Amino acid sequence: MDWVIEARELTKTYTMGEIEVRALRGVSFNVKRGEVIAIMGPSGSGKSTMMNTIGCLDRPTSGEYILDGESVAQMNDDQLAGVRNRKIGFVFQSFNLLSRLTALGNVELPLRYAGLTHGRRERAQKALEAVGLADRVHHRPYELSGGQQQRVAVARALVNNPAIIMADEPTGNLDSKVGKEIMNLLLSLNKDFGATLVIVTHDQKIAEQAQRVIRLKDGELDYIEEGKGGAE
Amino acid sequence: MAVTAQQEKAPPSQAEALYQAQLRKERLFRTHVGASWGVLFLILIFLFSGQEIKLGPIQYQTIQLDSEFILKKLGFIAQGLGQTLLISALSIAVAMTLALLAALGRLSTFPPIYAVSTFYVSLIRGTPLYLQIFFFFLALPQLGINLSGVVAGVTALGLNYGAYMSETFRAGLSSVGKGQREAAMALGMTPGQTMKRIVLPQALRFAIPPMGNDFISMTKDSALVSATGFVHELMWRAVKVGRAQFNNLEALIMAAMFYWMLTLILTYFQGKLEARLARGDR
Ligand SMILES: Nc1ncnc2c1ncn2[C@@H]1O[C@H](COP(=O)(O)OP(=O)(O)OP(=O)(O)O)[C@@H](O)[C@H]1O
Ligand SMILES: [Mg+2]
Repeated sequence: MDWVIEARELTKTYTMGEIEVRALRGVSFNVKRGEVIAIMGPSGSGKSTMMNTIGCLDRPTSGEYILDGESVAQMNDDQLAGVRNRKIGFVFQSFNLLSRLTALGNVELPLRYAGLTHGRRERAQKALEAVGLADRVHHRPYELSGGQQQRVAVARALVNNPAIIMADEPTGNLDSKVGKEIMNLLLSLNKDFGATLVIVTHDQKIAEQAQRVIRLKDGELDYIEEGKGGAE
Repeated sequence: MAVTAQQEKAPPSQAEALYQAQLRKERLFRTHVGASWGVLFLILIFLFSGQEIKLGPIQYQTIQLDSEFILKKLGFIAQGLGQTLLISALSIAVAMTLALLAALGRLSTFPPIYAVSTFYVSLIRGTPLYLQIFFFFLALPQLGINLSGVVAGVTALGLNYGAYMSETFRAGLSSVGKGQREAAMALGMTPGQTMKRIVLPQALRFAIPPMGNDFISMTKDSALVSATGFVHELMWRAVKVGRAQFNNLEALIMAAMFYWMLTLILTYFQGKLEARLARGDR
């Protein structure tokens, strides 16, 4: 089987002074290449922690994690940064664009960190066109609507042709119409380019579009549901 | 289109009228405040005019100053302005560096670094500045370190302000949203790059206005280094000429005027800077 994500007994404990928060308590699952996965669960169940861990934004406290064939546990900060840059595209609930850069600048930056010296601007421009923002490339994030900011974030996520796109409640701050557009955009990345899609969501309708739904509860895997969505 | 043409000819809207009224009110307020400042200043001058006031049976003598002395020594004291500004500027530079390091230290998860940073802030904030300044003149020579007056003064002031300003930096660092860090990490920046390229620049910008205030306070606190007798800034000069000619009050009042003037000028520029940052923001 061609797995992009193999997570074994992942745990994550946050220590804040005397208090320990066990956000993940040993979660194991695999994700197939090209799959659409939804992660669901009550607030505080560890969904974002899960995403940050498999997105290499944060290291697990223990457990084994193999991303696209590479074991992540022993990697240093530089290597992790490289993995994030090359293999993963992120879309966050609150968009998370760099506030001092234009849309084009935000989309271009991953290419710079990937070490590209030529054609960055053109590729960033194309990515913005692909998400329907050709006429907003020189706007700063605060000059854009929420939906437009999220489109920029999607363009940023796809510009490096990552194997995996991770989205943490990508429609959580958008109204249902714009949310649907963003979802369609993400699903088309899966259909047209075969990107693996991992979406954290509270929305049952969105989860229905996934092939499998991973349900978390109190930092543990509750159960995995086979869905009907996605391109089989 | 016809609608807009009509609107252009129409009398100013109610909103516009309200706005104009508001502007007039603000202007009037400022004029009145300005005039009142003038009156208060005149009263202050009168208090030092040496006049005698008679109100029926009550006689009152205002403070008498030796104007000849003032005119003669004005230049001598004014020469301290440069030293005062120099010490303040150097000290604030030292303070900013230390404050940044201390604030970053507070973020460290490595216990010794966290400890050094909190120990430093606690010790400095827990003792008087006046005492700290003496400490540098008295204690360091015993260790064989002989600093010049200016260097020792700058070290003491810098250390002291650094401890206080580390809080400003800490606030600045925490003002940079988690989203900005996540964005930077998501692009493929390392934690170090994220701190240096994304978080620090935004935090510094946030910290500039309070640092301006600290600089203004510093110009006045720099007077304390005069106590050691080695730095010939405003205060030292005032005390020296005052003592020599038994005109302490005149000398101190002159120094006070210089400090006040300096503060007014710096506050003016501080306001400009703040307005400019506010405009460029967002
Ligand atoms: N940086 C952190 N420091 C300490 N505790 C944290 C941190 N991040 C998350 N936690 C804790 O870990 C637990 C799981 O949080 P997480 O954000 O993963 O939940 P979630 O499932 O994404 O919730 P939501 O649906 O509200 O977004 C919570 O109890 C939270 O308080
Ligand atoms: Mg969450």
